[in-house]
Amino acid sequence: MTDIAEFEEDVPAQDRGRTRIGQAVLWILLLGFVLLAPFFLYPVFVMQLLCFALFACAFNLLIGFTGLLSFGHAAFFGGAAYICGHVLTAWGFPPLLGIIAGGLFAAVLGLVVGALAIRRQGIYFAMITLALAQIVYFFALQLPFTGGEDGLQGIPRGYLLGFINLNDSLNMYYFVAVVFLVGFLAIYRTIHSPFGQVLQAIRENEPRALSLGYNVDRFKLIAFVLSATLAGVAGSTKAIVFQFASLTDVHWSTSGEVILMTLVGGMGTIFGPVLGAFIVVALQHVLTGIGSWVQVVIGATFVACVLVFRRGIIGEIARLLKLHSV
Amino acid sequence: MSFDVMMKLIMAQGMLGLNNGVFYAMLSLGLAVIFGLLNVVNFAHGALYMTGAFVALILNSYLGVWLGIGWLHIGFWPALIIAPIVVGLFGILIERFLLRWLYGLDPIYSLLLTFGITLVLQGLFINYFNASGTPYPGMPESLRGVVNLGFMMFPKYRLFVIVFSILVCIAVWFVIERTRIGAMLRAGTENPELVQAFGINVPRMVTLTFGFGTALAGLAGVLAAPIYSVSPLMGANLIIIIFAVVVIGGMGSIAGAVVTGLALGLIEGVTKVFYAPASNTVIFFLMVIVLLVRPAGLFGRQG
Amino acid sequence: MSPDTTAATMTKPLLKVSDLHAWYGESHVLHGINLELAEGQLITLLGRNGAGRTTTLRAIMGLVDRRTGSIQIGGAEYIGMPRHKIAPTAGIGYCPEERGIFSTLTVEENLMLPPVVGPDGMPLDEIFTMFPNLRDVRKRMGTRLSGGEQQMLAMARILRTGARLLLLDEITEGLAPVIVKTLGTVIRQLKAKGYTIVLVEQNFRFAAPLADRHYVIEHGEVIDVVEAHEIETKMDRLNHYLSV
Repeated sequence: MTDIAEFEEDVPAQDRGRTRIGQAVLWILLLGFVLLAPFFLYPVFVMQLLCFALFACAFNLLIGFTGLLSFGHAAFFGGAAYICGHVLTAWGFPPLLGIIAGGLFAAVLGLVVGALAIRRQGIYFAMITLALAQIVYFFALQLPFTGGEDGLQGIPRGYLLGFINLNDSLNMYYFVAVVFLVGFLAIYRTIHSPFGQVLQAIRENEPRALSLGYNVDRFKLIAFVLSATLAGVAGSTKAIVFQFASLTDVHWSTSGEVILMTLVGGMGTIFGPVLGAFIVVALQHVLTGIGSWVQVVIGATFVACVLVFRRGIIGEIARLLKLHSV
Repeated sequence: MSFDVMMKLIMAQGMLGLNNGVFYAMLSLGLAVIFGLLNVVNFAHGALYMTGAFVALILNSYLGVWLGIGWLHIGFWPALIIAPIVVGLFGILIERFLLRWLYGLDPIYSLLLTFGITLVLQGLFINYFNASGTPYPGMPESLRGVVNLGFMMFPKYRLFVIVFSILVCIAVWFVIERTRIGAMLRAGTENPELVQAFGINVPRMVTLTFGFGTALAGLAGVLAAPIYSVSPLMGANLIIIIFAVVVIGGMGSIAGAVVTGLALGLIEGVTKVFYAPASNTVIFFLMVIVLLVRPAGLFGRQG
Repeated sequence: MSPDTTAATMTKPLLKVSDLHAWYGESHVLHGINLELAEGQLITLLGRNGAGRTTTLRAIMGLVDRRTGSIQIGGAEYIGMPRHKIAPTAGIGYCPEERGIFSTLTVEENLMLPPVVGPDGMPLDEIFTMFPNLRDVRKRMGTRLSGGEQQMLAMARILRTGARLLLLDEITEGLAPVIVKTLGTVIRQLKAKGYTIVLVEQNFRFAAPLADRHYVIEHGEVIDVVEAHEIETKMDRLNHYLSV
């Protein structure tokens, strides 16, 4: 473990204090926003932000902390949305159980997709995940319970724990906020656990991690399943918020969007994907009036980020202020 | 159903599948050529195929209107030459001004860059053209109608596309495997530094190779225009199939890419006979099987 | 030791490298290499592994991330020239470490790959006379050759281009004594034909009888220059430099 532990110790002493302050500021900003946002912004919009933020953080666990580019994360997000929607609508499950069902489905799907995709390295990994996610897309299009082109509509929000009415928008909001925070904290803990340190060692130098005796494939797979599960939780929650699951949720363009969110905020940063998700979702809202130009703007943002802004916003700030692990 | 009818049905669907297969072959060929030398997975390949189809459509139906020259309709045959050149030049611009900055970085960045370009191209075409597709009216008179293949009546144009595309693939294979230019390309794929030290302008070769690969996508687009309706989204789902083809075949071999593309089109077509709903996922499931049995791909080098 | 002693022995240098620094990424590998040789001469770069001999050749060919100083060939400056223009302009033939035979090319394709850089390239007949083994394996893939055959191919490949200045990196490495002997003959023939040669060599016994002068390189610098006629007297020093 000593070699891996170095990654924590990498932070120079003089930067440690500043890093702590930076982390504290970001935590306060995040918690403050999550608690107070529904009083300033349209709650459904903020809930959408939080769902995508969790989705992006889950995705970042792979790209940012394990070095794996999944181009198929919509399958977990959207697939779980369908499952959650179905168990709520057809089987009358309560919302929490619906989210758990969605998360479990995404976990199993993640296990299958992950186990197949890690059989190839590098860029092939991205292509395989994209292709496998396309299977999920076609299933969502063709299976009887998904509603085909119309999607699954009128998903009931129901009562949380039997007595909290989620049709009340503030109740719903704080439920989503808790789901988000629990998910975010889970990722935060994972990154800072010994397991997370191994993942980062794999990202930095896979052959070295292998030679240190780590079962690299198993670590990758566990990270993949974890990431898929949380993406599924995000998707399920989104299905309850909007009361529908649609083909868009499982479409490759959604996989692309979550990549962009992470890229804009900063791959491999902790808070970056949250900020990135906020920016991309807000951008889509602001630009709804211009029709398909949105796609052009999103595409151009992609190009610009990749060319000149690969660290993302938080990554760039962290570099300037010499902050570590924010 | 009698055996005879069944066989005829299989062969008929096989021909239609082969028709899709030639597009898979041409596109995965271009993708493999680009990947070999540049180590770039060009996500925009599908969008450039779509662009090729639109160039053909514009030449035929819009250019005259735009220029105010009512009688101007540039037909299929000129488009077959012009569109690949236009798309190839566009590819060259992409390589020179965008991709070039990403060499030496993790190839995921070039994948993301070309993904961004895909979105831009799609968005632009959706803005100016019908998102659900526009028929291409310029199919040449000489290729209209059907031919009797014995087991079925087959559209003459589709037969032309199959034969023509296979010839293009063979020609590309020949150039790469049997000529001096191809030798330079193969050497550049293996050890670009040394090739450059010998005095060959590798950066220019990289640019031209990318241009050539994208021109192939443009060519496929023109060929596709009279068959499928020309739509801004026609390349989007195709590129994902092409990725699966490439995962199955491995990007290391030119002949492998072509053979895999053709074979998968054929299999996809025949699947329609037995279980139609599976036809759009069968390639992905084959990819799963290949990953389980031979992770490096059918023609890939192991390890 | 000082360049003056050697400069006196030459009229005009064909290759003159002065204060050559080179970097791979952040790491500074060459720290001011100085060397020169006149047309028709042969020099060797001696030294331990990692001393900077290979990098010196690579820096001349532009195969480093950054280089400063001066590289003059035939009086013209090459330090700022893009990689792909160096060989054709200067008429250099470069044989890299580990031979650089392309595995996806046939022997013939390997042979014909480098563009012609000078007017009097060796005709194929003459090449096959010099390296008779290659004639029979023309259609074989490049790496389906023995190490010796690959080395012959790597040499033949640059002779065909008409290069008159040859930079040869470790051509005897890992080869059987009989093949090393053949290579010695080839180098001698080439010298007799007036080729100018820079030889990076580990095998001092191979290099000693061929060279006009030896440059000893350590830590990216030339630490000693030994003329051919001084070998006897400086043998102890050389042994000291080259001992591991």
